[in-house]
Amino acid sequence: MSIVVNNLTKKYGTQKAVDNISFEVKTGEILGFLGPNGAGKTTTMKIITCYMAPNDGDVKVNGISILDNPEEIKKKIGYLPESNPLYYDMPVLAYLEYVAKLQNVPDSQIPDRIKEMVRVCGLDVEKHKTIGELSKGYRQRVGLAQAMIHDPEILILDEPTTGLDPNQIVEIRKLIRELGREKTVILSTHILPEVEATSDRILIINNGKIVADGTADTLRKQAQGTEVLRIEIAEATDKDEVFSALMNLDTVDMVDAVSGSDFSFMVNSKENVSSRKEIFNLCVKNNWVLTELTPIETKLEDIFRELTTK
Amino acid sequence: MKAIWVIAKKEFVTFFDSLAAYILLVVFLGISGFFTWLFGSDIFFIGQATLQPFFGVAYWTLFFFIPALTMKMLAEEKRSGTIELLLTKPITDWQVVAGKFLAAFLLIVVALLLTLPYYITLTFIGDVDHGAVWSGYFGMLLMSMTYISIGLFASSITNNQIVAFLLSLFIGVFFLIIFNVLASSFTGDTALIFNYLSLSTHYDSISRGVIDSRDLIYFLSITFFGLLLAETALAKRNIVE
Repeated sequence: MSIVVNNLTKKYGTQKAVDNISFEVKTGEILGFLGPNGAGKTTTMKIITCYMAPNDGDVKVNGISILDNPEEIKKKIGYLPESNPLYYDMPVLAYLEYVAKLQNVPDSQIPDRIKEMVRVCGLDVEKHKTIGELSKGYRQRVGLAQAMIHDPEILILDEPTTGLDPNQIVEIRKLIRELGREKTVILSTHILPEVEATSDRILIINNGKIVADGTADTLRKQAQGTEVLRIEIAEATDKDEVFSALMNLDTVDMVDAVSGSDFSFMVNSKENVSSRKEIFNLCVKNNWVLTELTPIETKLEDIFRELTTK
Repeated sequence: MKAIWVIAKKEFVTFFDSLAAYILLVVFLGISGFFTWLFGSDIFFIGQATLQPFFGVAYWTLFFFIPALTMKMLAEEKRSGTIELLLTKPITDWQVVAGKFLAAFLLIVVALLLTLPYYITLTFIGDVDHGAVWSGYFGMLLMSMTYISIGLFASSITNNQIVAFLLSLFIGVFFLIIFNVLASSFTGDTALIFNYLSLSTHYDSISRGVIDSRDLIYFLSITFFGLLLAETALAKRNIVE
């Protein structure tokens, strides 16, 4: 089940919530949707799930357009909306049965599917309560259970881990990872480590436009451009000598001494080359001992902040 | 069709889970029973074995009873956001509206079934015009359908249950009273139009035992029109300029 989004635009009044975005999600891919509040994540999800029509552009799910046959697409999608709306006066099991029937799950399979969802989402203790009596975390689980009850090929989860405690978050992430092996998953979140932990690919969206698209690693490379190493050298006598020796390496662009420590430096390499080998050889040649060589990674937070505050 | 039934069943069960159904049934039976048997121009006062007093009272009790049932149906789903959940399932807007309509209608059928003892009691008291009773019930069902569709429309255009309730009373008052008053204060074609639009004209003739196709068309077309407007209000999210 692939999802192809083509030049999608959605306006609320004169404000463009989603501005001409295009992307593609392949079968078995988990796409993490990142962006600040009001960036257009939820609107995009509402359009893919056929809740709202776009002003312009098209979404094709497995080749079927949302404009032509929304009923067919809705069957294949499991959707957990942003605020996780639920019928608080319904018992958990009755609610799951209601959703299963609306999703056209054959009557004979409904009890099995409900049992399966109760097990997968860990609802066993709470299954006889009404939804209004549940804590926020359990409500979130009910929301996930209803999204997956018909075993959909596509899962669209809008902030699936809000309100869960750390243990539950780990469980839900694991669950999403497992599901992502066979299913196509789009999930949105504010929590950056979460995207890294769950997603194959990250899409960062800001002011309705896509500002980055790729795996966590490629995004880092893009943002950083050049390699940054932190090194520490022991057994050297003169700091300036080490400094100028490092500067004279062909691959090195810039060297900074780290304050507070005599023989620690930050080494910026030139574009597209690595200085690790050269630094090591230099130390061997001068009988210095290299006690630290750490590549400094740009944090995802930094990338996110840079891309979305411009 | 199956989806309509699934939604109707869920809504119907919700009525009874939330006690709303019990309260409304008791109030409906209490008021209509009181005025039919005990007070005012009741059956013993007019001294005829007829259910006319009941139909006259039910005409007004349903006027308040039905908006109280329908006010929540779409407004609450919109307020809590569950409408998004519902409409991203493989069902159409029309099925949602139709399912809710069916649930409210079934509850009215239950309420009217519970008044059948009035009819049975009446057969012991004197000679009953059976045709008039059945057509009276029939008229009541038709009128309920009209009210329900008006109520659903009112509920579909707001997130606030109270607004929905008041709005459906407001629209209902036009059909019940205002068109009638206008009809008598105009002459000629204008009067005929208002007279045709007035619900009481059509209801009176049916509850007297005269079933005319014009009356049928009147009730069914208002029902259909109300539901269509409700569906349109739901589908408004899809309208792009």
